[in-house]
Amino acid sequence: MKVLMFGWEFPPHISGGLGTACYGLVKGLAHHNQDIIFVVPKLWGDEEPLASFVNASDVSIDYREKRFKKLWKNLTYLEVSSFLVPYLGPEAFEKFTDYAIHDRSDVDESIFSTKYEFSGKYGKNLMEEVSRYALTGAQIARDRSDFDIIHAHDWLSFPAGIAAKEISGKPLVAHVHATEYDRSGQSVNQPVYDIERAGMEAADHILAVSQLTKNTIVKYYGIPEHKVSVLHNAVLDASIIKSSYNKTVPEKIVTFLGRITFQKGPEYFVEAAKKVIDRDPNVRFVMAGSGDLLNRMIDRVAELRIGTKFHFTGFLKGDDVDHMYAISDVYVMPSVSEPFGISPLEAVRHNTPVIISKQSGVAEVLNNAIKVDFWDIDSMADSIFALLHYDGISRMFKELGSEELKKLKWEHVAAKLVTVYQNILSKQS
Amino acid sequence: MRTICFYFQVHQPYRLKPYRFFEIGDDHYYWDDFSNRSIIRKVAQKCYLPMNALLLELINQHKGAFKVAFSISGTFLNQMEEYAPDVLESFQKLVATGHVELLNETYAHSLASLKSKEEFQRLVQKHQDKIKQLFNGYTPKTFRNTELIYSDQIGAMVAEMGYETILTEGAKHILGWKSPNYLYCNSIEPKLKVLLKNFQLSDDIAFRFGNRSWEDYPLTTEKFIKWINAIPKEEEVINLFMDYETFGEHQWAETGIFDFMKRLPEEIFKHSDFNFSTPSEVAAALSPVGKIHVPTPISWADEERDLTAWLGNDLQDEAFERLYELENKVKGIDDPEIQRDWDYLQTSDHFYYMCTKFFSDGDIHAYFSPYDSPYEAFINYMNVLSDFILRIKEKEKVATTL
Repeated sequence: MKVLMFGWEFPPHISGGLGTACYGLVKGLAHHNQDIIFVVPKLWGDEEPLASFVNASDVSIDYREKRFKKLWKNLTYLEVSSFLVPYLGPEAFEKFTDYAIHDRSDVDESIFSTKYEFSGKYGKNLMEEVSRYALTGAQIARDRSDFDIIHAHDWLSFPAGIAAKEISGKPLVAHVHATEYDRSGQSVNQPVYDIERAGMEAADHILAVSQLTKNTIVKYYGIPEHKVSVLHNAVLDASIIKSSYNKTVPEKIVTFLGRITFQKGPEYFVEAAKKVIDRDPNVRFVMAGSGDLLNRMIDRVAELRIGTKFHFTGFLKGDDVDHMYAISDVYVMPSVSEPFGISPLEAVRHNTPVIISKQSGVAEVLNNAIKVDFWDIDSMADSIFALLHYDGISRMFKELGSEELKKLKWEHVAAKLVTVYQNILSKQS
Repeated sequence: MRTICFYFQVHQPYRLKPYRFFEIGDDHYYWDDFSNRSIIRKVAQKCYLPMNALLLELINQHKGAFKVAFSISGTFLNQMEEYAPDVLESFQKLVATGHVELLNETYAHSLASLKSKEEFQRLVQKHQDKIKQLFNGYTPKTFRNTELIYSDQIGAMVAEMGYETILTEGAKHILGWKSPNYLYCNSIEPKLKVLLKNFQLSDDIAFRFGNRSWEDYPLTTEKFIKWINAIPKEEEVINLFMDYETFGEHQWAETGIFDFMKRLPEEIFKHSDFNFSTPSEVAAALSPVGKIHVPTPISWADEERDLTAWLGNDLQDEAFERLYELENKVKGIDDPEIQRDWDYLQTSDHFYYMCTKFFSDGDIHAYFSPYDSPYEAFINYMNVLSDFILRIKEKEKVATTL
């Protein structure tokens, strides 16, 4: 089978979880000898040759093609400029928040030029890039007919997937890694929501990274349940990481690692920390990451007078992330809404017991973890205390957690995906 | 005869280096030697050396009729010894003329007066010892508290330690209709004389001098003398208190601040009935016109002239409380590094960097802060403090096992 896949980023040049998930999926499909044409806005040249890559920046658009003009008309709603960007790393986030409303007057001109250099980032021209990407999708679908099915990852590439389907008539799979509801709660960015919904409606089938995400799709996007399959993420490497980092403080360390934004529930971690510290002063809490709620968290920590027991590291990258996992005694992910959430699995790889919110997709695949409602700070504090003090549970979690991890393989995910593809194609014929 | 009293504050903190969570328990050296040194050297070139040379010249030129007072914090004295012996020498020369008064403050430029009498007294004594050591046995008689922080209680505490005079801000809200241009005394201990800063004239020099959008720009000696001559004849003293870095650092040489100061004494002698005195001379020559009541502490900072530049928001209060919780434990630890860090961590600047009054005086705060935001300042300070707490615990453990 040959799959025309539209992504937005691919390792090593990624700024969020989407690229990692695409990589795992492509790797798994390659394991099952599936052919993949993987399109990204910008190729860097150092991607692992797992697929036949297409650099959208190299694709010339034949602007005489009438069907494209028609497509473009349908895409004009994308011109609404948007501040809201998914998968934004904290560094990018800081830069991004500086941008003023973008002037869109040049869009028609540049988007129909024969070549277009994508940034492939989540920058201020995001909407323009998404539109141009759609045209690229159409062009690719017209130029090559050697694929059986189209697979588009998240809203950024949904317009490309829709366009490719319209031109080629091949079935479309829309893969939802996150929704606007996860990112923004009830205050959704309408243009983004509209694209997500259009993608889901145009798709022949939808993949959700968790049951939780499937529920969101059904509830908020009005998609019939039978049209959505759950395809959990996996881990690339399930081996236990033996780290050479040693803790330099005598206290136990409880860690939050992620963007400090609404979606990740950092405030619940702070409140739970206060409850634990009140009972047990021999523990340190660390909030690693950056985001728009960082200063509010610092204020709250100061207000609770736990400043010498609660630390902030700022945004961590590379080695520092491993270091942080390695010295943690408990890892907490209190996300308010997490479509999947790969970071607790990383913690398990470091033999660190984890507490995850029930509002996370990863809770559906990880049994050896404590699961609490994100808002239940009493239960969160209890669980932290238990993992710190009752060695039995944490020992059990360490042993069984790493066993469980070994089952979460991308090959298994890909096998399931192939079945989904086959079902769609058999329905078509 | 009326008099002008110049007092210059000379202070630099020991700034903390960027200290990350990962370093807690491992790295016990907190100080940013590189930036501390380069700041002292930079300001030495722009301000301390040229201004000290100018003051020496003026004192000699006027045969002692021109005189000034300095308060030089202990953290600055130490950094001079380490990084700027040339600056130290120029201060020693000034003091040796006999026409420069040195004031006593807390060694660490700390806020201890607000928290602990015992710690306050220790730091004042330590500062006095340091001055004696560096300035040929000189013993200060006049006190100035960190950032001119003053209240009736603080005054009483200072009087009890034997000081005759203290300096503070002539804050509007404590003066009301009264003028700062008289000598006052403490309301609890009337034997302690209180000199109040004339903030109008002081800030004309310290803050507005080079400001081109100020209606009185440019400030010339003629204009300044016109203003002081317009002060009612019965008012006796004009206290011009300011940061020493005003000269060449806050107001660059290009603004003409050095020329202004160079001509000022001569012009004042020629065109007014003012002379110059040091704070202790003022206190000896004049009689207090009355008590000044300051029930809650004031300072010379910001529009509010209160403590909110250092204390009051949660970041500052948390850091301050956690620090002073350690006082009794630190006292019992005989370890020069712990004692040094305890002193330097008390320096008010650390709390100033955590100030969140962005909208009124935030730009001034940002100018003086090595951090991008008060939040970063807090995080860094708390990381260091957490390590410091661990060291203290460690010492206690050792002490109990011995």
